[in-house]
Amino acid sequence: MSSSPDPQHTRRADAGRDVASRDVAVVAFAQTSHRRSTDQLSEVELVLPVLHDVLKQTGLTTDRIGFTCSGSSDYLAGRAFSFTMTLDGVGAWPPISESHVEMDGAWALYEAWVKLRTGQADTALVYSYGKSSPGSVRDVLTRQLDPYTLAPLWPDSVALAALQTQALIDAGITDERALAAIAVRSRRAAEGNPHAQLRGSADVNELLAEPYEVRPLRRHDCPPISDGAAAVILAVGDTARALHPRPAWIRGIDHRIEAHQPGVRDLTESPSTRLAAVRAGAFDAPLDTVELHAPFTGQEVILRRALDLDDAVEVNPSGGPLAANPVMAAGLIRIGEAAARIHRGESRWALAHATSGPCLQQNLVAVMEGDQ
Amino acid sequence: MDTADLLATVPALAGAEPVTRVTLPARLDYIHTPGAAQSRFLNALAEKRFLAERCPKCTRVYIPPKGVCPTCGLATTERLELPHVGTITTFCIVNIAARGLDVEVPYCYAYVLLDGAHVSLHARIGDIPHDQVHVGQRVQPVWNEQKLGPSLAGISHFRPTGEPDADPESYRRWM
Amino acid sequence: MPEVLSAPLIVEFPFTRSTGPVIGAFLTGLRERVVLGIRGSAGRVLCPPAEYDPVTAEELTELVALPGTGTVTTWAWNARPRPYQPLTTPFAWVLVRLDGADTALLHALDAPPPGSGDPRAVRTGLRVTVRWAGQRSGAITDIACFEPIPEEA
Repeated sequence: MSSSPDPQHTRRADAGRDVASRDVAVVAFAQTSHRRSTDQLSEVELVLPVLHDVLKQTGLTTDRIGFTCSGSSDYLAGRAFSFTMTLDGVGAWPPISESHVEMDGAWALYEAWVKLRTGQADTALVYSYGKSSPGSVRDVLTRQLDPYTLAPLWPDSVALAALQTQALIDAGITDERALAAIAVRSRRAAEGNPHAQLRGSADVNELLAEPYEVRPLRRHDCPPISDGAAAVILAVGDTARALHPRPAWIRGIDHRIEAHQPGVRDLTESPSTRLAAVRAGAFDAPLDTVELHAPFTGQEVILRRALDLDDAVEVNPSGGPLAANPVMAAGLIRIGEAAARIHRGESRWALAHATSGPCLQQNLVAVMEGDQ
Repeated sequence: MDTADLLATVPALAGAEPVTRVTLPARLDYIHTPGAAQSRFLNALAEKRFLAERCPKCTRVYIPPKGVCPTCGLATTERLELPHVGTITTFCIVNIAARGLDVEVPYCYAYVLLDGAHVSLHARIGDIPHDQVHVGQRVQPVWNEQKLGPSLAGISHFRPTGEPDADPESYRRWM
Repeated sequence: MPEVLSAPLIVEFPFTRSTGPVIGAFLTGLRERVVLGIRGSAGRVLCPPAEYDPVTAEELTELVALPGTGTVTTWAWNARPRPYQPLTTPFAWVLVRLDGADTALLHALDAPPPGSGDPRAVRTGLRVTVRWAGQRSGAITDIACFEPIPEEA
């Protein structure tokens, strides 16, 4: 859904630009301390503290939330409909207006944004979680692939990212040293992030001495396997102003998808990210902070090029998914981390990106602004 | 155009029997961990104890406990033990055994509201002809000593206690 | 503190899927050791074939028989194959553009590792050919894998 509710504001026919009266803002964000395994906790036990955190931040109770939306994948748990159990943490009685996406929570946030923009609610609770620990996430993710031509070969997520990275190297766009530098930068930035799983990094030379995982990727080029959860509260206009002194206004948000078959696409580019960014107004915004959902080092290279990012902008000050990658929550966390920097006055204009599908098949871009 | 029509356009495949379906087996192995509240419940079952949890706000009592009250969205921090007696709130007679289920058909399956609980357990009803099972009947667990452990398999079935039926007021709100 | 309870949970699903005419034709071709592509809206040939053009969404029907030879367009060396993958010995994942096609197909390549000095070692641009499975039933696995072909003189 991408139609602006106010026909006066269709100078560009894109819906991502938030210039109408129903401005939507992120007013709260919380996340778990992500770790390799949380086998002493069920999903709802993992999510509950994060839900309570954002409610406490805003002073809201669930009966005052207009719409609830979650993002997760039952394939991580191996149990169909297991996501419904996490609704116990929301207190869904009397019955609530609720939805779920079997996707990263960034898309749950998008659905909530649509609800708020179209006047169906004034506040929304968005949450997502992923416990990768019960199964083998690399292999689980093969189940999202084309069932006739790809899934039966079981090309795991690292293998697919490796194919994409080799294409980048072949094109002369990057090399193993530059990729290792991305890993070093990200994990050293994560030293300032108490929620991150991998904090700190060895030097590039030490990393390059390690064996390949799936060549050209080494372990450091890949995200950690994480269990974690996150939640965000969205609010409209004056409600947002009442809930936070410095709301992170979503000035634009859009998502686009490419063809599924890797062999049909140019894996070195991300036209869907670029188009979503255009629609979200990213190229008009004086960005100072960018949070990219690039679980593999080569993907940061692709996204930077798609977004025309130069070295002046800070990329993944949180450490990004290379420091913590709770699958299904990592994209929502990019939005939350960017918004939190705006809340703290550390950023004025921030871009957050989320991805879904193999090799950056589908991408979401959100542009946020904090008031002066 | 169907598959055969399309194949007819390829000389090398003239006369080939069309593929119209493909069977692609897939298997994923997981290690499931039930979490804190359910683990406490399962461990208590090994000792023939029914462990429930109560919501601090609405005071409803949940079994099996999940660590959270689904009505209030609050952690159910208060733990309590329930007696070994309950009331049938609904039941059915099942004539088909699900694949992999080791049970003799027909069998009687019921919701049993343990005294003090606001959510029923699922259980098989045994030791009584099926046409004598009814809502309001008082029942007690029969343990399977060979299968005792952190599992509901430690309960073989529930059987009538012989007591008079429960007062409907005690269970009608929790059916 | 009681120890963490855990139990194995195995999810198995032997789905039988209908294929539709285009995928059905493609898989029939594989069973008969013929690789099929399909002509897209702008005239480019897609392999694996698609029911609808990825750019225009036009319904496609013009099948094209391709030779079983092609060129590697990207690769990734898999030193430790995982369960259910096409080979149990180290192999390269590859995207292969079959001769006559304009898009690439993903599969495994049984070839020496990169950097081994072997002229048949995997590299972008390597010429490869299909190795057919001994038993074929109409599935992508009827292609057991690709293998290098000798350099043309």
